[in-house]
Amino acid sequence: MRKSIVVVFLLAGLLLSACGAAGETGTLSITGSTTVQPLAEKLAESFMSSNPDVQIDVQGGGSSVGVKAAGEGTSDIGMASREVKAEELAQFKNMQVHVIARDGIAIVVNPENSVNDLSLDQIRDIFSGKIVNWSEVGGADAAITVVAREEGSGTRDAFMEMVMGKDALILDNAILQSSNGAVRTVVSTTPNAIAFLSFGYLDESTKALSIGGAAPTEENASSGVYPVVRPLNLLTDGAPEGLVKAFLDFVLSADGQAMVREEGYIPVK
Amino acid sequence: MQNKLQVDKAVRTVLLISASLSIVIVISIFIFIFRSSLPAFKEFGVQGLLGELTWRPANGSFGILAMIVGSVMVTLMALVIGVPLAIATAIFLAEIAPRGVQAVVRPAVQLLAGIPSVVYGLFGMVVLVPLIRRIPVAGNSGYGLLSAAIVLAVMILPTITSISEDAIRAVPRAYTEASLALGATHLQTIFQVLLPAGKSGIVAALILGIGRALGETMAMIMVIGNSVILPAPLDDNPLTVFLSQARTLTGNIAVEINYASGLHASALFATGVVLFMLIMIVNVSAHAFLNRSNASAN
Amino acid sequence: MKPADLRASSASANLRKRQTTQKLSFGLLWLASLIVVLVLVVVVGYVFITGFKSLSWDFLTTAPKGGLSGEGGISTTIITTIYLVALILVIAAPLGIGAAIFMIEYQEQTKAGGKFLQALLQAANFGVETLAGIPSIIFGLFGYALFVSTLKFGFSLLSAALAGACLVLPTIIRTTQEALLTVPVSLREGSLALGATRWQTISKVVLPAAIPGIITGIMLSVGRIISETAVFYVTLGGSYRLPNSLLSGGRTLSLHLFYLAMDTNAFEKAMGTGAVLIVSIIIINLVIDLISRKLSAGVRQQQ
Repeated sequence: MRKSIVVVFLLAGLLLSACGAAGETGTLSITGSTTVQPLAEKLAESFMSSNPDVQIDVQGGGSSVGVKAAGEGTSDIGMASREVKAEELAQFKNMQVHVIARDGIAIVVNPENSVNDLSLDQIRDIFSGKIVNWSEVGGADAAITVVAREEGSGTRDAFMEMVMGKDALILDNAILQSSNGAVRTVVSTTPNAIAFLSFGYLDESTKALSIGGAAPTEENASSGVYPVVRPLNLLTDGAPEGLVKAFLDFVLSADGQAMVREEGYIPVK
Repeated sequence: MQNKLQVDKAVRTVLLISASLSIVIVISIFIFIFRSSLPAFKEFGVQGLLGELTWRPANGSFGILAMIVGSVMVTLMALVIGVPLAIATAIFLAEIAPRGVQAVVRPAVQLLAGIPSVVYGLFGMVVLVPLIRRIPVAGNSGYGLLSAAIVLAVMILPTITSISEDAIRAVPRAYTEASLALGATHLQTIFQVLLPAGKSGIVAALILGIGRALGETMAMIMVIGNSVILPAPLDDNPLTVFLSQARTLTGNIAVEINYASGLHASALFATGVVLFMLIMIVNVSAHAFLNRSNASAN
Repeated sequence: MKPADLRASSASANLRKRQTTQKLSFGLLWLASLIVVLVLVVVVGYVFITGFKSLSWDFLTTAPKGGLSGEGGISTTIITTIYLVALILVIAAPLGIGAAIFMIEYQEQTKAGGKFLQALLQAANFGVETLAGIPSIIFGLFGYALFVSTLKFGFSLLSAALAGACLVLPTIIRTTQEALLTVPVSLREGSLALGATRWQTISKVVLPAAIPGIITGIMLSVGRIISETAVFYVTLGGSYRLPNSLLSGGRTLSLHLFYLAMDTNAFEKAMGTGAVLIVSIIIINLVIDLISRKLSAGVRQQQ
């Protein structure tokens, strides 16, 4: 019964707010990186439960979507799991970058895969297509299925910079997906698959490998032992004010940073 | 009376505006998309866009040849799988099925038409891809042209079947009776009289099917792998080209539109223009084919 | 044997051969149709059986607990779908029906009205034909570029509704045109002969007779909107929450299925969503069938 009353109210509210707006107090839109997305959703839920008049919409699309949406103003806050590039800063001169956490990038395989550890060189060779069979790195005799993200992905950008280096490219044959979640789904259902995945998405459906002996844990990422870590950023058009500032303050507060750790990311403090 | 006439005039103007709006929308869509694609065409030329295989926006490469081949191949494969089934079912429904069986098969076809594309995509991901992956070819991930073509074939089948059935039913009874009177069997009548007579309707059905296949997006993203490669055989057997991953023109647009800007965005509009041109070519060739065969028949 | 007997026996041999070929071929045709029905049964059956486990009143009335966790239900997506359908119809139905009425009912006036009006009519018809053939992703591309980016509506109900209206406009125009054409000319002539103006004739005589056909067109559009994903993928955004204004984003049922399938391991919930979708389409198809039957009964009555 309560639900249908809520529905009627919302319908009425919708009709009444026909010219409703991004400028109203009480609504916040957060768009971009699928790495930051689960974290942003949890933070938003917490913020909304302490501020019941606020509505926060979180959606994905990738880091480049986040940069563009924040810069153009189609979203109040953008999420990015990489640095904002020089060209983007030149295009969006008012953009401000707020680091809210750090995140490791894991190399994941299907849980049935017998391999547990790879060196950075081996990973680079697999993703560039030099190594094509699991037997070459100590696994079963099976062709390697590489899964990667599309070019707008911050995770991919960070991976390219930190693992592939300037010259190597990800092989053309990789299966491309548009989000961390989609990558995880493919790897968990495809034997012999390998992919890079945000730490925040690690669960029993995939197996994360150690890199050169460094296990993919938060301590190792924090201390620098695990080599592939990048900043998670929230982007705003100009200095944050009002609701945007309130939310950002919450994210960077002790409570917010505690949630960051809970979700599997590394707090900035 | 004067008042009523004024109302009449006012109404007529309103309706005129409504009609004009449909043209305005079409023209806006055209202008917008073509204009947005111009920077990419100016920068790379038609050869540079349509003739290049490398699509790496970060490096400034915007070749869409691989996507053109991907779209064309998956559509052709879907036609090969789906058209015989569709036309056979159409003939079955129009000429052979008893009423009771018609009452089962026709609603079944209708329902197939109504199932949303994402449901087909989901089914493809969960059932087809693992099934195709069982084919023991190195590098076969299950994602690729074959899975996508099967899904697409099921999606275009209802369209082709219903319109073809209508076309066959529209052939005047006199043709059938004359053919049978001359001693032809029912089968001969169907294939040598009814199908040729219903040709324009069947071709229209095929055009619609091809248009639907070329335009399908979401189901393709879910099962085709989205790799920007020219489909090629996976090993020595040339047939394994059908197991290759690919990316369609539609998939290209959907996956990258949200964050593309500048030249990259323009290249996506160019992809839209190419898609549109492809569908136009199919329409025009089909009409030309029909006109020529009607002319020669007369 | 006499030549006539030889001819007779070879003729019957020929007939027997053709009849055997026919039996075989017809067998193949039966097989083809069987395969088609089987495909339907397998797909729908799989979706329903796997989705059945997640179907419950809770599933339908609880909101999703997060875009990525795959937990929770689909209530907000159902409501968002209803919002979107309503919005699109509010925009597209009056426009489409109005356009169709003009293109059919005002034809003689247009011909008398001179070259410009005639060209307009031709352009309108061409426009409808072309719009109908454009793939939905291109509407999405157009919608994203114009409504989301340039006009800064962002990922919202408004952007999605405008793009969706462009998508269904040809369907509404075409089906309304056909509905108007089935109304006998005699009805119009009788009304005009009695002294009614054109608009009175249309509103009080023609339209009521054409209503069933028009409603069919609207129902077809509703079905299209519910099944459609590509257009809304790039205009509506992906938020799992209920949109609280026209400029809020959200997910339709189809979009939610897409996100569930791609981003989460919750395949059963995805199938459950698929089952809800299929049931909605079945209901819409049934309504269309009912209306068509009433329509042909009505036509027969008038004759």
